[in-house]
Amino acid sequence: MTELISKVPEGPLELKWSKHKADIKVVSPANKRKMEIIVIGTGLGGASAAASLGELGYNVKVFCISDSPRRAHSIAAQGGINAAKNYQNDNDSVYRLFYDTIKGGDYRSREANVYRLAEVSNNIIDQCVAQGVPFARDYGGLLDNRSFGGAQVSRTFYARGQTGQQLLLGAYAALNRAVANGKVKSYPRHEMLDLVIINGEAKGIIARNLTNGKIERFGAHAVVLASGGYGNTYFLSTNAMNSNGSAAWQCYKKGAFFANPCFAQIHPTCIPIHGDQQSKLTLMSESLRNDGRIWVPKKLEDAKKLQEGKIKGSQIPEEDRDYYLERRYPAFGNLVPRDVASRAAKERCDAGYGVNNTGKAVFLDFQDAFKRLGREVVDARYGNLFDMYKEITDVDPHDEPMMIYPAIHYTMGGLWVDYNLMTTIPGLYAIGEANFSDHGGNRLGASALMQGLADGYFILPYTIGDYLASKFKEPKTDTNAPEFEAAEKAVQAKIDKLMNIKGKKTVDAFHKELGHIMWEYVGMARNEAGLKKAIELIQALKKEFWENVYVAGETGVFNQELEKALRVADFLEIGELMARDALDRNESCGGHFREEMQTEEGETKRDDENYMYVAAWEYKGDNVKPELHKEPLKFEFAHVATRNYKD
Amino acid sequence: MNFTLKVWRQRDAKSKGHFETYQVKDISEGTSFLEMMDILNEQLIGEKIDPVSFDAGCHGKQSGPVSFDHDCREGICGACSLYINGRAHGPESGVTTCQLYMRKFKDGSTITIEPWRSRGFPVIKDLVVDRGAYDKILQAGGFISVNTGGVPDANAIPIPKKDADESMDAAACVGCGACAATCKNGSAMLFVAARVSSLALLPQGKVEGARRAKAMVAKMDELGFGACTNTRACEMECPKHITVSHIARLNREFLKAKFKD
Repeated sequence: MTELISKVPEGPLELKWSKHKADIKVVSPANKRKMEIIVIGTGLGGASAAASLGELGYNVKVFCISDSPRRAHSIAAQGGINAAKNYQNDNDSVYRLFYDTIKGGDYRSREANVYRLAEVSNNIIDQCVAQGVPFARDYGGLLDNRSFGGAQVSRTFYARGQTGQQLLLGAYAALNRAVANGKVKSYPRHEMLDLVIINGEAKGIIARNLTNGKIERFGAHAVVLASGGYGNTYFLSTNAMNSNGSAAWQCYKKGAFFANPCFAQIHPTCIPIHGDQQSKLTLMSESLRNDGRIWVPKKLEDAKKLQEGKIKGSQIPEEDRDYYLERRYPAFGNLVPRDVASRAAKERCDAGYGVNNTGKAVFLDFQDAFKRLGREVVDARYGNLFDMYKEITDVDPHDEPMMIYPAIHYTMGGLWVDYNLMTTIPGLYAIGEANFSDHGGNRLGASALMQGLADGYFILPYTIGDYLASKFKEPKTDTNAPEFEAAEKAVQAKIDKLMNIKGKKTVDAFHKELGHIMWEYVGMARNEAGLKKAIELIQALKKEFWENVYVAGETGVFNQELEKALRVADFLEIGELMARDALDRNESCGGHFREEMQTEEGETKRDDENYMYVAAWEYKGDNVKPELHKEPLKFEFAHVATRNYKD
Repeated sequence: MNFTLKVWRQRDAKSKGHFETYQVKDISEGTSFLEMMDILNEQLIGEKIDPVSFDAGCHGKQSGPVSFDHDCREGICGACSLYINGRAHGPESGVTTCQLYMRKFKDGSTITIEPWRSRGFPVIKDLVVDRGAYDKILQAGGFISVNTGGVPDANAIPIPKKDADESMDAAACVGCGACAATCKNGSAMLFVAARVSSLALLPQGKVEGARRAKAMVAKMDELGFGACTNTRACEMECPKHITVSHIARLNREFLKAKFKD
């Protein structure tokens, strides 16, 4: 059995990272030039890592599934990025950002990793400004901040409602520069389909060139996975259509442990579902909760009229509105963390107070903000989001309150990594959303961007050196090795098998069915019977998929149906592991809500005695139950308490 | 709602393309344009599975699902790229194709769907084009030459709010290619200008402003994009409302570079 060694350094919290940096090995410039690194993905994590590694002198090959690295899904992050700069003089600090993140994650993340994240957060802002990221500024020319959920300080830096875009364009520019300097080679429209392991170490990948359908081999001294999360397991999510968990899943099947798969984040402010033909859900930035107020009617008869379309939200008088977040959580109000806000919306809608025709929506209202600040000020802050909402729903938020409902947004779980961000496979690293380490049971808003860039710019470039320092004598990986041959054959066989099923159901039909199962039983509220049922249903669906799917088109050409089929085949397995993990974790924490474990007020009830661990799953074979390994979580510095956003 | 679709089909870069006509029925008004394309594709695949119960009205040379680029479906990744009824990203102004909804079309109408039409963007398949040229232009100089680490504090250099805001206006470019696809000269000038201008407005970007403008324009010319003749069609079709005032700034930067030579 593989033992989980986190490699967290000894010593005081605030000195761990400095001490570790001093202790780990470095590779000389002359030797860096001889070494190759593969990076999978070009979002904030992948692009920043590839660029930084290239600048250090390594030879980097970077892969992305889109036609350009700039289209990675980090681009869609709207609200902002956290950093402990304390520019607002509101008593923020590295410790406070660390503590908020640990608490927001409901004490299920690794303390030392989170502290390091908070520690390097300030460097990120400096780096981005130097790259020309046009952050919002005040009239004095200095940087502006706003607040996000789960924090009582203003530490979020932003670029209108397009922060992810601007940060990614910064990292992409750094990547372009490294490409121009010949240190990085970019492979757009390439999808990793397998990891190649030689003598127990990650040495390369098998990728499909999506433009011409050719299967290609790539070797390196180390592989960095920055392929994002697996939120699209649910079919409908705020993730981009092509976001998928397949690259990480191949690593899992090759021996990398998958940690806390059941921790998925449900974002409270998404545009409600409109019908069966919907392909994805659109997020409305969390920043809207700075000035928008969330409510439903107090009276059931008003809710009924709203559901029947007989009245509009604006017609309900002030005294008949229930601002339920302000009522239940006076200290944080509309800015409670995402999991809390999502569950509260579900609670009201389940009780019959939903405000649209499906009964699954609540109001997000800006009338008070317009009165308090004036329309111009509010529009300057959120204008593009209001426009976006109007385009999609045909309703102007200036006239009528917005309608929102929770949707799957992010996955906190991912490949298990140690303090060096290395997985259980030597030479394979996982960064950004693809790993599990920093957000525990729930991620705070504006922290995903922070983690992606922290890992890519400031952590991985140091820690990977410790591994590569012992590898510089090794020659370049030979892609003619039998391990490559075998991996390529297996990939080709899998593709041929899929293409030859020629069944009666489309790939999308399977994906939608999986999504329904996931949302129903592994969604916002979970229980033992439902999770057991989900596992059965998913296993049956997987069986049917491999007997009855129809994949249109041919193999050796551009074929988007085949791309989808390969991803859905993996989503079916990921979904099962998520349900398994959710079943094992018989406690409620963060975004994982087990109905059996709640307080009288309906809040999450943790079980620290039995579940204060990272659940790391080991693959044991197709249709074989995976093995659970536990990494106990120790909190030496943060005081473990029940999360309280009430007072 | 019901529509007749005339869709460009092309097997690969080397083959000759042609239009196929399809019917889609019972589309709800809140369906997005790309969701309508999803429905068409499910229909076309259904017809392959069981030609009797499905009939997408496709009996032409090339059946099977239509390939098109798309990803975020919320107007920010820049992947979607269709010419709809002769206009880049369709009839609405200030949106990408994925932000277009069927309520904007007349029930029963015919919709013509084509890939980007530009020498700089060769077709890969059906409606999918190769926009790798835009990456290459940015690699020629669309960056500030700083390494990771060793940079000053973020607030060390104050930047007037007006400049930061204007820089952000230009930085909103999603790199979709509508500007070059729309231009009668096939010029990528607005794309290049957006990047040059965004960086030139910031003190950090000014340092190598002239060199950047020169290198990017040279690369654009080399890759076969045409010259700008100020028709302003790009500005009209830009989904992010990027204005030609940035082209003016690019020209100034370019002239500065020439004087320095």
